[in-house]
Amino acid sequence: MSSRPTIVTEPDLIFGKFTSDAIPFTDPIILPVMLIVALGGIGLVTMITKMGKWGYLWREWLTSVDHKRIGIMYVIVAAVMLVRGFSDALMMRAQQAMATASENGAGYLPAEHYDQIFTAHGTIMIFFVAMPLVIGLMNVVVPLQIGARDVAFPFLNSLSFWLFVVGALLVNVSLFVGEFAATGWLAYPPLSGIEYSPWVGVDYWLWALQISGIGTLLTGVNFFVTILRMRAPGMKLMQMPVFTWTSLCANVLIIISFPILTVTLLLLTLDRYFGTHFFTNDLGGNQMLYVNLIWAWGHPEVYILVLPAFGVFSEITATFSRKRLFGYTSLVWATVVIMFLAFVVWLHHFFTMGSGASVNAFFGIATMIISVPTGVKIFNWLFTMYKGRVEFTASMWWTLSFLFTFTIGGMTGVMLAIPAADFVLHNSLFLIAHFHNVIIGGAVFGYFAGFTYWFPKATGFMLDEKLGKLSCALWTIGFFVAFMPLYILGFNGMTRRLNYYDNPEWTYLLWVAAFGALIVLAGIIVQFYQGYVSIRDREINRDVTGDPWNARTLEWSTSSPPPFYNFATMPKIHDRDEHHYKKEHGMAYDVPKQYAPIHMPKNTWAGIVISGFSLIMGFAFVWHIWWMVILGVAGIFGSLVVYSFERNKDYYVPVDQIEPIEHAHLATVNPDGLREMQAQKQNFQA
Amino acid sequence: MIKKYLKSACLLVATLLIGGCELALFDPKGPVGEEAKWLIIISVALMLIVIIPVLMMIFYFPYKYRKSNTQAEYKPDWEHSTKIEIVVWTVPTLIIIALSYVTYETSHSLDPRKPLSDEKHMTIQVVAMDWKWLFIYPEQGIATINEISIPVNTPVEFLITSDTVMNSFFIPRLGSQIYAMAGMENRLHLMADQPGTFRGVSANYSGFGFSGMKFKVHATDQQGFDDWVAKVKSSPQLLNKETLSQLRVQSKDHKIEYFSTVGPHQFKQIIQRYTGAHDVK
Repeated sequence: MSSRPTIVTEPDLIFGKFTSDAIPFTDPIILPVMLIVALGGIGLVTMITKMGKWGYLWREWLTSVDHKRIGIMYVIVAAVMLVRGFSDALMMRAQQAMATASENGAGYLPAEHYDQIFTAHGTIMIFFVAMPLVIGLMNVVVPLQIGARDVAFPFLNSLSFWLFVVGALLVNVSLFVGEFAATGWLAYPPLSGIEYSPWVGVDYWLWALQISGIGTLLTGVNFFVTILRMRAPGMKLMQMPVFTWTSLCANVLIIISFPILTVTLLLLTLDRYFGTHFFTNDLGGNQMLYVNLIWAWGHPEVYILVLPAFGVFSEITATFSRKRLFGYTSLVWATVVIMFLAFVVWLHHFFTMGSGASVNAFFGIATMIISVPTGVKIFNWLFTMYKGRVEFTASMWWTLSFLFTFTIGGMTGVMLAIPAADFVLHNSLFLIAHFHNVIIGGAVFGYFAGFTYWFPKATGFMLDEKLGKLSCALWTIGFFVAFMPLYILGFNGMTRRLNYYDNPEWTYLLWVAAFGALIVLAGIIVQFYQGYVSIRDREINRDVTGDPWNARTLEWSTSSPPPFYNFATMPKIHDRDEHHYKKEHGMAYDVPKQYAPIHMPKNTWAGIVISGFSLIMGFAFVWHIWWMVILGVAGIFGSLVVYSFERNKDYYVPVDQIEPIEHAHLATVNPDGLREMQAQKQNFQA
Repeated sequence: MIKKYLKSACLLVATLLIGGCELALFDPKGPVGEEAKWLIIISVALMLIVIIPVLMMIFYFPYKYRKSNTQAEYKPDWEHSTKIEIVVWTVPTLIIIALSYVTYETSHSLDPRKPLSDEKHMTIQVVAMDWKWLFIYPEQGIATINEISIPVNTPVEFLITSDTVMNSFFIPRLGSQIYAMAGMENRLHLMADQPGTFRGVSANYSGFGFSGMKFKVHATDQQGFDDWVAKVKSSPQLLNKETLSQLRVQSKDHKIEYFSTVGPHQFKQIIQRYTGAHDVK
C-alpha cells in the first residue's frame, strides 16, 4: 500500500507489471508492519515445525471437510482480518482528527495512502470480517441444529473456505506488493477503470472479491441444499430453529445476488484487461449500469449479513428468557418478507443519480416497508422477554445492546430512505454513522452474541463471562462515542472520505469520534484477552454436559464439542424447541439400543490445493504475468480432474469407534440409563 | 460526584442542541434546504411514536422480568398473542403509510428537475473536473473555476455534467445534491433566500484530489451579482480549447479562476466528447 504515485510500466514477459519499486521498502508506515508480519510469520512457522505439528495441521484442519472445523477456521481468519480492518479504522479516525487545513498535506497521511486505507477498511470489514463470521457461525451451527452429520457437499465447503482465504490473502499481499484500490469499497467506474486507476490496486480488489465471491456462492448453494434436504426426520420447515430459517433466507439471497457480483466484476475486469467499454465514460460505456448492478448485489448483501444475526438473537433471547420464542410464525414470515424486499430496494443507494421523482418514491417506499417486518422482529424479541425469567449472560448483554443500538440505526435508515431527505444526507458522515449503526449494532453484535453462545459447543469450554460483558460494554459505549458525532457532522455538511478539510468547526467532534474508536479498540483487546484467558483456564471451564446454557434447540443435545459425526443416531423431531421438549419429557439423553456404522466423507487435499492455484492465478492476473496465469488455471483444472477420478472419498465409521465416544458423553449426562443398558446387554449376551 | 457528571452531561447535550441550530442542514439558506429540514424533522417525529415506546420496553422488560425477580409473572410456554401481533404489525404499518405519503409528496415537490417557480430562472452550467469545478454562465458568457455568485431570491437552474469520473454537486446550505456524470446532463434547481457565502463540495469520492474539490457560493443582491460578473468579465483569461485542455490536467486544491469569455456551446461540447458526436472531438 505505497503512498507513492503509481508506477505504470509496459508489462514484461517474465515479471508482468511487477518491478522492484512495487515493494514499498522505504515507506515509514508500511515498513514496520512488513517487519512485524514477517517476524510473526517466521515465528509461527518455526513454532509449528518445532512442535512437529505440520502433519497434524494438514490432516486434521487444512484438509478437513468437517463443518465444525471449517467454521472455526472461518472465525479465526475473521479475527485476524478484524485486526487489519480495525487498524485501518484507527488510522482514518486519527487522520481526520488531525487534518484541519485547507491544503493537501494535512494530517499524517497523504491522499494516495489514505484513500487506499478507507477502501481497504470497507472491503475487509464486509468481505473478510463480517462474511466469514456469519458463514463461520452457519457452519458450526446449522448442521447441528437440523440434525445433520455434515453439510450436503463437504468438499465444496472446504473449497469455499479456502477460496475465501485466497481473497483475504490477496488483499493482504497488496499491502506489501504494489497497492490496493483507492476507489472506495465498491469501486465505482469510471474511477476504477484503467484510465483513472492505471496500476494494480483495482485488480487486487477485483480478483480478491471474484475468487472469494465464488467461494461464497458455493457456500450459498451448499447450505441451501443442506437445510432443505438434510433435516432430521420429522423436522418440518416450520419447526426449524430461527437461526436455521434466517440462514436459509441468507443463502437464498447469496444464490440470487452473488452471481450479479461475479458478472459485474467480470465486466469491469474485461474493461480493465481487454479494453471493452461496459462502464467507461466514452464509446457507449455506462457507469450507471455498474452502479445499478453492484447495488443489486450490494443491497441483498446487507441482509445476508444481518438476517443470520437476527436468528442468533432469536435463539439467545428464548434461551435466556427461559421461555418459548414469541411469535415464531410471524418472525419467520418477517424474515421471508425481508428476503423478497431485499431485491427491490437497491436504488435507494443512489437516489442522487437523477432518477425521476416517481422512481425514487417507489424505491423509498419499498425501503420503508422493510422497516415493518424488522420492527415486528424487535417486538417479538421484546415479548419473548415479557413474562420470562431473563438471565443476563454475556450473550444476552450483546442482545440487549443490539436492541437499543439497532433501533436507533433503523430510524436513521428510514430517514435516508426518503429521497428528498437523502438528497442532503447522501454520502455524508450521517450515512457513515447510519450503516455502522446497523452493521455494528445489528450484524456484528449478533455475531459476537452467537460467538459467545456457541463457543462452548464448538470448543468444549466456556468463554469468560465477565470479560465478555466488559467487552460488550466497551464496544457499546465506544460505538456511541465514535458514531454519534458522525451523525452531527453529517448534519453539518461533512461528506465522507475526506482526507482533509477547511472547516475547524468539525475538528472537535472528529476528536470525540477518534476517542470512541479507542474505546472500541479497548473492547477488541478485551475480546482477545478473553480468548486467551478462556483457553488458559479451559480445564476449569469445561462444558461436560454439552448443554451449558440449558438451551432449547437440537445442537445442545450433543456433547461439546460434538463428535465428528455429530449424531450417532438420527434424532426424531417432535417440536420446534426439540432439545427442550426432550428434556421436559425425560427423553433427552436416551441411550440407543444399538449403533449402526456411519457414512462419512473423507478429508481431502483438493480444496486447499485448488485454492492455492487460484491464489497463483489471481496474483498473476493482478500483475499481468501471463505464464503464471496459465500455470494457475492449469493447476486448478488439473487438480479438479485428478480429484474427480479419486474413488476413495468416503468411509464408514465402525460401531466400535462410535460406542466409546457416545458412552463417554452418556456417562456424564445419563449415567443411570447407560448402566441399565449395559446390564441389559450383558444379560442378553449371557 | 455523580451529580457533577450529570450536570456536565446535561451541559454537553445542551451545547449540542444549541449547536444544532448552527448545523448546516438545520440552518438552510434557501427554500429547498428549508423543506428538506422540515422533512427530516417530521419523519423523525413520526418514527418516535414507535421508537420511544420500543426503547422504553428494551429497558423495562428485561428489568421487570429479570431472573431474580421471582414476584413477576412467569409463563414459559406463552408464545402467541393475536392482539399483540395485530398491534405490532399495524402500528408500524400505519406510520409507514403516513411516511410513504410524505415520501411520495416530497419526492415530487423536491424533485431536483422541477423549477422552483414559473418565474424566469438563471442557468449555471457545472462541469466536474479533476479536481475542480468549472462553472459556465451561458447568459453572461463567463466562466469560473471553484466560485459562483448568485443573486438572492432568484431561482437557479444548475445543469451538471462531468469531464472526468463521477462526482456529486452539493451546496449543503442550499439543499439537494445530484451526481455529475460524463456524457450526461443532470439538472438541479436551487435558490438562496438569504445573502452569504456558502461552501460547495463534491459529495462523491473522485480520486486523490477529491478533498480539495471545493467551491464558494456567494449569494448577494442583484448589484453584488452584477459587480461580480463585471469582475469576471475583466479577467484577461478566456475559456477556449487551449485553456480547457490545461484545466483537464489533474490538479489539487485548484485556486479560483475567472474567464471573461466562453464559447456558446462549450458545455454541450464537453458532454458530446463522451457521447460519440464526432464533430467536436
